[in-house]
Amino acid sequence: MNERLWNILLESFPRLLEYGVKVTLPLTAVSFILALVIAVIVALIQYADVKVLRQICRFYIWIVRGTPLLVQLYLVFYGLPSAGIKLDAYMSAVLVFGFNEGAYMAETMRGALESVSTGQVEAGYCVRLNYLQIMIHVVLPQAFRTAFPALSNSLISMLKGTSMAATITVMEMFRQAQVINGRVYESLGLYSEVALIYLAFCTLLTWLQRKGEKKLASYGGTVK
Amino acid sequence: MMLEAKGVVKRFDGADVLKGIDLTVEKGDVVAILGPSGSGKTTFLRCLNFLERADGGELIFDGEKFDLHAATKRDIARVRQKTAFVFQNYNLFLNKTVLQNVTLGLTVGAKMKKQQARDIAVAALERVGMGGKLDSYPAQLSGGQQQRVAIARGLAQSPEIIYFDEPTSALDPELIGEVLAVMRQLADDGMTMLVVTHEMDFARNVSSKVLFMEGGYVIETAPAREFFEHPKEARSQAFIQSILNSRQ
Repeated sequence: MNERLWNILLESFPRLLEYGVKVTLPLTAVSFILALVIAVIVALIQYADVKVLRQICRFYIWIVRGTPLLVQLYLVFYGLPSAGIKLDAYMSAVLVFGFNEGAYMAETMRGALESVSTGQVEAGYCVRLNYLQIMIHVVLPQAFRTAFPALSNSLISMLKGTSMAATITVMEMFRQAQVINGRVYESLGLYSEVALIYLAFCTLLTWLQRKGEKKLASYGGTVK
Repeated sequence: MMLEAKGVVKRFDGADVLKGIDLTVEKGDVVAILGPSGSGKTTFLRCLNFLERADGGELIFDGEKFDLHAATKRDIARVRQKTAFVFQNYNLFLNKTVLQNVTLGLTVGAKMKKQQARDIAVAALERVGMGGKLDSYPAQLSGGQQQRVAIARGLAQSPEIIYFDEPTSALDPELIGEVLAVMRQLADDGMTMLVVTHEMDFARNVSSKVLFMEGGYVIETAPAREFFEHPKEARSQAFIQSILNSRQ
């Protein structure tokens, strides 16, 4: 490796890492929390079979899963201003990532909720809990446990997906790599470098996932 | 009279499962509901606690009338205030410890203080011999232990009557005895119980009364001793005979 490239990589590394930690990770975290809230609400509406709302939820999932993420980003950031809705780039990214992954996670949560045996709900009623109490104390915790691996997958996929925010001018880690590359023309080296940082972040999340699963397994056995 | 069910009717997909079941229970009664598989015993029990919505019938509980078909949420809550239900497959809350399984209904449902709920729960668990497993999770217990915790969970609610839906049918043979022993103890303590069961020794020796069902009808209701020694109906006789035969 020549010395010029080496110096470029060394100099760009702290800068890329800084944008990774200061922008990519928070963007992922905020979007994921939004997605999780959406997913739980949408899944619960379907699980409880709330009439009209249920149809709205199915419609939302249909639209989001049937259109590309990149198109959704463009639509919100470049398209909506024509309709009088102006959102800054960061906000657009959070909303699109949240609503996009939220649709997939809603399906994960719905499946997990439905896998909790009806006997758990019946037992709840028989100890004089109401529906909401049963959901909060019995069904949702068990569903979260079942959904945990799939939700972790969603988180990892979302972390990588935030790189697409670069296309709507959000100055995150990948956009930063593009900017540096625009100056020095070292695509192979710089994009490999940023790829390795993404890999490190995902490895960290995978490790956290494994720790989480161990913790959740503490109540033993398998959820029926 | 504590509890009376009249004309309980239930259909599943057009098939009549219950065709007008009547039952009266006095305080302290232990009623065994017997009958071949598919006779509607479990459905009847579930209808009484609104786990299934009957298509018709009436429940009179402590003098208060409830429509088993049209009961409101409030009615259902009132009935369940007085009852506890023990399931065939225990249905312990899998994400809760033994102690939490028993306290959940008290702290969250009845808004009781934590310490008070804990005292009640520990006493109930000790009564079924599970006081030493407070922090275990259901998956770490045997079936017999889980069912005893489920009984304690019911007891902690201070019910007037406990419904048992085939409480030993899911258990390995060597674990049945410990659960039956707990139930016998409850009966001796004067607890009112309604028990769907295939355990003939329990029905004969512990229960005070037998309700024999077949094909969605009550065939015979009689004191337990009388039912086993002098069954009136031909079908009761055939049922008892078939059980005696299957043991040989």
